[in-house]
Amino acid sequence: MSGAHGIAARWRAALLAGGLALLGGCAREDETQVLSFWAIGREGEAVAKLLPDFEREHPGLRVRLQQLPLTAAHQKLLTAFAGGSTPDVSQLGNTWIPELVALDALEPLQARVDASPEVREADYFPAIWATNRLGGTLYGVPWYVDTRLLFYRADLLRAAGFAAPPRDWAQWRAMLAALSHPERHVFGALLPTNEYEQLLSLALEQDEPLLREGDRYGNFRSAGFRRALAFYVDTFRLRQAPPITNVEAGNPWVEFGRGVYAFYVSGPWNIGEFRQRLPAAEQDRWSTAPLPGPQGPGAGMAGGSSLVVFRASRHKRAAWQLIEFLSRPAMQQRLYALLGDMPARRSVWNSAALRGDAKVQAFRAQLERVKPTPAVPEWERIATEMQLVAAEAVAGRLDVDQAAAEIDRRADAILAKRRWVLDHVGSRAP
Amino acid sequence: MNTQRVAWLFLAPALLVLGLFFLLPVAAAFVLSLTDYDLYALADLRHLRFVALGNYWELLHRPLFWSALGHTFYFVIVGVPLSLAASLGAALLLNSPLARMQAFFRTALFAPVVTTVVAVAVIWRYLFNTKYGLVNYALQALGLHPVDWLGDPHWAMPTIILFAVWKNFGYNMIILLAGLQAIPPDLYEAARIDGASLARQFWHITLPMLRPTLTMVGILTVAGYFQLFAEPYVITEGGPLQSTVSALFLMYEEGFKWWNLGAASAVAFLLFVVMFAVTGVLLRLARRGGEA
Repeated sequence: MSGAHGIAARWRAALLAGGLALLGGCAREDETQVLSFWAIGREGEAVAKLLPDFEREHPGLRVRLQQLPLTAAHQKLLTAFAGGSTPDVSQLGNTWIPELVALDALEPLQARVDASPEVREADYFPAIWATNRLGGTLYGVPWYVDTRLLFYRADLLRAAGFAAPPRDWAQWRAMLAALSHPERHVFGALLPTNEYEQLLSLALEQDEPLLREGDRYGNFRSAGFRRALAFYVDTFRLRQAPPITNVEAGNPWVEFGRGVYAFYVSGPWNIGEFRQRLPAAEQDRWSTAPLPGPQGPGAGMAGGSSLVVFRASRHKRAAWQLIEFLSRPAMQQRLYALLGDMPARRSVWNSAALRGDAKVQAFRAQLERVKPTPAVPEWERIATEMQLVAAEAVAGRLDVDQAAAEIDRRADAILAKRRWVLDHVGSRAP
Repeated sequence: MNTQRVAWLFLAPALLVLGLFFLLPVAAAFVLSLTDYDLYALADLRHLRFVALGNYWELLHRPLFWSALGHTFYFVIVGVPLSLAASLGAALLLNSPLARMQAFFRTALFAPVVTTVVAVAVIWRYLFNTKYGLVNYALQALGLHPVDWLGDPHWAMPTIILFAVWKNFGYNMIILLAGLQAIPPDLYEAARIDGASLARQFWHITLPMLRPTLTMVGILTVAGYFQLFAEPYVITEGGPLQSTVSALFLMYEEGFKWWNLGAASAVAFLLFVVMFAVTGVLLRLARRGGEA
């Protein structure tokens, strides 16, 4: 008995000593706080060049930057939450915010924004800002923005007798028809069948929401979504786009340069890619335009990344200082210069570097018209299933109505747990 | 009595490690498969529901699970014999007294095994590109019609099988080569004196003498091929039209992409049951064959 007691006592003493050592470590760290910051993909590399200035301005702070690869970031964030090792600040794709809010992992930021001289809500694109607000609470500050629009070969359009890019679906369809020569392997558009962003952009141009009854059920049988799906599927049936995935598309930049595709629906990073990959002589052959809608210029996806503070952070004030620093117009402009990331603040868009660039300004027009996707944690999965079913329709295995009903069925099944949580546990779920 | 206790004492470290790092996680995974553990449960344990066999029931009613299982069986049934035939063929060639530069060829044929799946898969993706791939270029040079290797749902799995066979046959080849070298040469000498042809020598000496090695290699390959994951993950991402989604790929997507750990554990256990049954049948067949 007493032996066991002695052992236990010794263990306790050892634990206590260990604990004190740990506390000591923390106390020493407090003199220069170490802020952990996770950034994803290309931004991870670029932001490293901005951080020295931040550390110079805040001598008491040191930023430990971790760069997550895009493919592993989502998993790593969830695992970090499960293991209680979330960072202080992180970059977060704005479609992932609902998931982390459902986990109650993020710190509300409205009070800090209200008190901040740097971050002013009015300067941001409203639809992008809205993706950071869930149930009336603000959880993130937009860092850079992203949407899909039309890259097009102006020279091919002119040669076919079209002076300007399409403004609505009817014009777009006419141009696709004129520019497609499937027998020569030349197509109007490239729409990779395993990317959901293109169909989603068409769907967001419709008036009907994508989910209904407080985001409890899918709303894919709505007339609007079926119209978008029909336009999408028709583009393949009329052989105006090849039914291939981005795995087979391989090098779309070269193909676009060769005129294999006249239209390419893609995001802002491709401005830089095209400038880099196509020879200088071909640079004036292509341009960008806002997405054509059913009637006139349409809405687009409100994508992008935000900066968030984690609830478990012990350096929230310093974390907010880092967000303020990265949100400065000067820093946004440097990020744009480094990566071509579209600034989230309108004032940056008025700077000389962006105003003089016509290919970039098309994005600004689109960004004023973007719409957020449904703010439910399951959204990414629903969009993925939507695209899987749409690919079946493209392959001719389902017609448009059958496909719409199937997407609804899958969305309803995915949302089953959300409905249960809302009904039984109350208002916790966003 | 005393020796027994000593035996347990000696076994204890191994048993402890096995229990802690294998049996306990397996038991935990089974318990997990009886719940609907997901993102909401991770947020708040009050959102965790015990669903008994509900996950299994739902899986058995999900077309994607059956097609994933079908793709896995397709891969095993076509891939394993092809892989074994390639390994045995290469081993026979290397073991032939006529073979020159054996060490070089042994290394060259083994090389794919030690390459990284991801790096090689990227190269294969280019080789099998419909428009610019070297394979279709060669087909056209021979006057054959080009094939949409990775874009046609009927061709994607054969392409993956080809890749897996190429990647893995070297490993079994080495084992079979060792088996071949262990066959006493006097058996062949006696057969030659009796006037047996090369084919008969192979059928009546090589195969029976190689049987234990072949059985082991076969069972290990079947078990390995059932766990098809990296190849579709890197080459096709499960597409086109989900025609290369394997059981393990489905588990990965459920568990680690969508965080439905309950359903993912259920997939893992169903795959375990299937593999257990198939291996059992194979072992029994091998034993019966051995007695005959």
